[in-house]
Amino acid sequence: MRLKKHPILDVTEKRKIDFYFDGRPMSGKEGDTIAAALHASGIKVLSKSIKDGRNRGLYCAIGNCGSCHMTVDGIPNVKTCITELKDGMVVESQKGLGRLE
Amino acid sequence: MTEKELMIIGAGPAGLSAAKVALEAGCGVTIVDRNKYPGGQLAKQTHKFFGSEKQYAKTRGFDIAGILKSNLGKYHDKLDILTDTTAVGLYKDHVLTTLSNEEYRKYHAQAYIMATGASEKFLAFENNDLPGIFGAGAVQTLMNLYGVLPGKEVVMVGSGNIGLIVTYQLMQAGVTVKAILEAAPTIGGYKVHAAKIARLGVPIYVSTTIKKAIGDKELEKVVTVSLDESWKEIPGTEKEIYCDTLTIAVGLSPLHQLMSMAGVKMKYVKELGGLVPLLDKRLETSMDNVFACGDVSGIEEASSAMAEGALAGLFAAENLGYRHPDFDKLVADFEKQLQDLRQGPSGTKIRRGLERLGERS
Repeated sequence: MRLKKHPILDVTEKRKIDFYFDGRPMSGKEGDTIAAALHASGIKVLSKSIKDGRNRGLYCAIGNCGSCHMTVDGIPNVKTCITELKDGMVVESQKGLGRLE
Repeated sequence: MTEKELMIIGAGPAGLSAAKVALEAGCGVTIVDRNKYPGGQLAKQTHKFFGSEKQYAKTRGFDIAGILKSNLGKYHDKLDILTDTTAVGLYKDHVLTTLSNEEYRKYHAQAYIMATGASEKFLAFENNDLPGIFGAGAVQTLMNLYGVLPGKEVVMVGSGNIGLIVTYQLMQAGVTVKAILEAAPTIGGYKVHAAKIARLGVPIYVSTTIKKAIGDKELEKVVTVSLDESWKEIPGTEKEIYCDTLTIAVGLSPLHQLMSMAGVKMKYVKELGGLVPLLDKRLETSMDNVFACGDVSGIEEASSAMAEGALAGLFAAENLGYRHPDFDKLVADFEKQLQDLRQGPSGTKIRRGLERLGERS
C-alpha cells in the first residue's frame, strides 16, 4: 500500500518500474528500494532464516541487519532495503546462505 | 590504494557538519555513505526539531539534511561524496576498505572521522522474527522516504521520543495505531509529544510489555503482559491485540563495528547506548588521527550530533595542518552548544554516561 495523501510529504505519482519477484511480474515506482516496492505490493516475506527456514522480513531498512537479504539478478545476499529498484530486475527470495557460482 | 586527506564515514548530521568546517579550513574531504543520498536519518524526519536556532530548531529534519548538504556545495573541488558505498573495514595501518557496486576498494587517509551513527535495538520475545515486526525507524523510512505504508494496524513498543514521534507520523499517513506499550511505569518521551498522541486517542499502556507475537506466515496479533515494580510479568494479565505491524522503539545502539575492528579502545556504557570509543577532549580515539562524533560516540539527538561533528571536523583538520581561521571561536561556540543541549533533566542520562566513560571533560 502506498500513501495517497499526506500533510507534509509530496505524494505525486512516479514512473512505474517493472521487475520480477520469484518469477512473477511486478511493478514498483521510480526511487523505490527493492524492499519498498515489494512492501507496496503486499510482499512482506523476503527470505528464510539460515538454520530453521523461518520467514524473514524487512527489519531495519538502513542496510544494517541483514534480514532483507535476497538474490537479485543472480547475486545472493543483496541488501534489498538500500538497493534501488531497476527496470527488469530479477528478484528472488533467498533460502540459506547463498553461494558464489 | 587511493590516498586521501580526511575521510568521514557517514553522511548524517555529524558527518556533514564535520565536513563543512574541515572544508572551510582548507582540508580535502571524502565522505563515505552506504545510502543513495547524504543526510543520514534526517532525510526521513518530517517533524520540526527542538533546540536552539543554531541547530535549526523549528525546521523539519529533511530540510535540515538539505541545508547541511547545500553548505558543502561551494567546495566541490575539495570534496568527494561517495554514496552507495559501504565502509566494510578499518585497519590498524589506517587503511579503509569499501564496497560499492560489487567493487572492493582500498583507501589510506591521513585522518578519519567516524560518524557511522546507530542502529535500532531489538527486543527478545517469542516469534520476534515474524515479518511485520519492524524497527520504528524502518517504518519511518518506508513511509517518509518511499511513501509506502507498513501495514494497516500497528502496535508500538516503547514510549520514548522515537516511539511517540513515529506513532504520530503513522497516524499522519492514515495508519491506525492501536496501542503504545511501555515497560517502565512512566512515559519515556517528552510530555508534549505524549499529550498529542493521547489527544488523538491512542492508549499508552505503562508497566506493560510484549510477551509474544503470533502469526502463521506474517504477524497477525500480539500478546501483551503487565509488569510489576520489579519488571516481572504478572500472570493472568495477558491481553491479545490484533495487528499486522509491530514496531520496536526501545532505543538505539552505536554502530561501533569499524572502530572495534581496528582495535580502538572501547567501553560499554549503558547510558550511551552500548559500546562506545574512549575519546579525549578533542574527540580523538585511542588510534591516532581517528576521531568519532555523533551517535556512534553515544546516543543523543541530531542537534548534538551536528555540534559534535563540527568539533571533530575542526580538530581533525587542525591535526592535518589546516587550522580553521575562526578555530578558537568555533570550538568555544560548539562546546557551549553541546553543554547547553546536555543541560536539564533530559540530559541527565547522557551526562551520567559521559561521566562513566570518564575520558572526556
